[in-house]
Amino acid sequence: MATRGDFQGGIHLPYNKELAKDEPITEISMPEEIIIPLSQHIGAPCEPLVEVGDEVKAGQKIGESSEFVSAPVHASLSGTVKAIEPRPNASGDSVESIVIEVAQEQESISYEQERSIDEVSEEEIVEAAREAGIVGMGGASFPTSVKLSPPDDKPIDTVLINACECEPYLTCDHRMMLEQGEELIAGVKLLMKAVGAEKCYIGIEDNKPDAIKNLKGLADDSRIKIQSVPTQYPQGSEKHLITTVLGKEVPSGALPFEVGALVQNVATAIALYEAVAFGKPSLERVVTVTGQNIKQPANLLVKIGTPVQHIVDECGGFIENKTKVVVGGPMTGNAQSDLNVPITKGSSGIIALPEKMVKGNDDYISCMKCGACVENCPMRLYPNKISTLVEENDYDETENYYPLDCVECGICSYVCPARRPVVQQIKKAKGEIAAKKH
Amino acid sequence: MDNTLDLTVSSAPHVKSEETTSNIMYQVILALVPVMFASFYFFGPGAIYLLLTCGITAMLSEVAVQKLRGKPVTINDGSALLTGLILALTLPPDLPLWMAVFGSVVAIVLGKHIFGGLGYNVFNPALMGRAFLTLSYVVSMTEWTAPNGGVDTLSTATPLEGEAEVINLFIGRVGGSLGETSALAILLGGLYLLYKGYIDWRIPVGYLGTVAVLTTLVGEQGASFHLFAGGLMFGAIFMATDMVTSPVTKKGRWIFAIGCGFITVIIRVFGNYPEGVLFSILLMNMCVPLIDQYTLPQIYGEVKANG
Repeated sequence: MATRGDFQGGIHLPYNKELAKDEPITEISMPEEIIIPLSQHIGAPCEPLVEVGDEVKAGQKIGESSEFVSAPVHASLSGTVKAIEPRPNASGDSVESIVIEVAQEQESISYEQERSIDEVSEEEIVEAAREAGIVGMGGASFPTSVKLSPPDDKPIDTVLINACECEPYLTCDHRMMLEQGEELIAGVKLLMKAVGAEKCYIGIEDNKPDAIKNLKGLADDSRIKIQSVPTQYPQGSEKHLITTVLGKEVPSGALPFEVGALVQNVATAIALYEAVAFGKPSLERVVTVTGQNIKQPANLLVKIGTPVQHIVDECGGFIENKTKVVVGGPMTGNAQSDLNVPITKGSSGIIALPEKMVKGNDDYISCMKCGACVENCPMRLYPNKISTLVEENDYDETENYYPLDCVECGICSYVCPARRPVVQQIKKAKGEIAAKKH
Repeated sequence: MDNTLDLTVSSAPHVKSEETTSNIMYQVILALVPVMFASFYFFGPGAIYLLLTCGITAMLSEVAVQKLRGKPVTINDGSALLTGLILALTLPPDLPLWMAVFGSVVAIVLGKHIFGGLGYNVFNPALMGRAFLTLSYVVSMTEWTAPNGGVDTLSTATPLEGEAEVINLFIGRVGGSLGETSALAILLGGLYLLYKGYIDWRIPVGYLGTVAVLTTLVGEQGASFHLFAGGLMFGAIFMATDMVTSPVTKKGRWIFAIGCGFITVIIRVFGNYPEGVLFSILLMNMCVPLIDQYTLPQIYGEVKANG
């Protein structure tokens, strides 16, 4: 059963964080064009508020939805709307997007007047999160205003800041904790106020002692505890962080508020602070550009909608031309076939891997039941069984092995000596089960 | 630069461990080296002939079956060679080579490919070959050459039918099957496999522990004799631990191992066969799907129905 300080399963990975962890956050030059997808979040896509030919200013809201589960999108730079059309995004889908030709002379809309974060009400915080289009920036992209509005009968007592950054290579959260610690602590206080939480834990993997030290020095509120957690993938999975810090398991199919917890990522907390204090919309984010095949690894402050190609060029390009480019982390991110895809609110990294490190699943063989996936699955599933059932197209039978509980951390595929695409097969089972229920 | 860019696209995760199935197979073969060396030391060149015969026949059988089935030939994964070598190590040193050929063909064709090939077989393939030989050639399969027999290849009783010093059993200076006699060599290989994580300690510990406890209670010859005599040590370390035919859950591995120990003692102490390792593992192999099914851990955050 769940005990504090640990969760069952999980593995240690080669982290390769030293490539970028000492690179301070820097800004980059403006791209010629930005692509703002109308859906960068879980929930209803936005409707465009502008037309082709319109001039837009940086910070202007250009897409919105009236649905509750949604988040508006903003122009991250000034310019002219060149097109509103489907464009490929980093997840491999084609998404209706507003394409803006960036103007040489930048002009921002004037943000709201500065306000003291001590005086805002709970409603004002939620409203600011919604207006600013803030979504979970750790990768899940769930609208923050929705997370801050739990059902009335599910009181939240604890805010957990997911500062694990358990994916290899990525260092953006680490850098933000070192460089934007005050903003993070201010964001934490806003999150606690919004949901009425009594305490907060900032969970940081113990491979980032400098971040732990920095935040301990900055946390001026006894309700906020900096919690060192074991470096073990997938520590940064929402459910597993809850188990490690609170010693509770989130019931199958339920959300964290079921155990009285709200989990938010570092970048999201900082974005919330900026939205509440300055009325600043979600216009930019820190992206780690790294991997053994990038010339100059860096942590860059990037405008939302900037094409990956532009960022790669800013980092000196690739060392070898044959490469794999992943947007997100190496365990859960997506490999790109086209670098003209935009950075969105949930894109935490661009990782260029050299060819020799790329191992496909093309030549996978049958499962010999070594049990490595069973032993290491953090959800305690039976991954190899689901994998073989999917191979036999027996999706009904897979339901007995809980594919819907899979958090898609990718450990099963990582450890499989037969190189089977186990997590991909589990995702397929999820899709088939969902399709059947419709 | 764009026009020469060559982007590889595949699904996550984009990093993988270095471990491969064939590496595991060759590592187990490496762990067998002390046992193979001991078999040569105690039984002479005949041991090498048997090992070569079984290894080569097993690989040729695999190629033949895969060609016939129109499947890709996976001879390089090392699994057929491993099956052949393990089978050879369970055979009496003076077994006619043609019988060893038969045993190897049965192991690969009936033990492995009839179920669909690597990973699909229910029974340990080497033990299927061995079971076929035991039942078909009763006399040849129970003629035990004295170690370092040299000139007079006397048929002596297997230690399980007679008396032997425990120290001789441990080192392997007794009659018996090629690879079963030297507990020392087997343990060396076993420790390597444990160190590399290719076998779960629960299986040998559960198996040997059960035999030790039960034979202390009911055996006439005592636990130390039973542990080191016959094929128990080899079976507990190299055969019951076969990944394909043992459970994937930790709890399941305990049940499997204890079951093997229980059946072994029943056959050894109360049965007509002197040795029970072979059938105990095969019988427990049969139970593995059921054991796995009933020992799956409760999933994270499982909600009990009607709870």
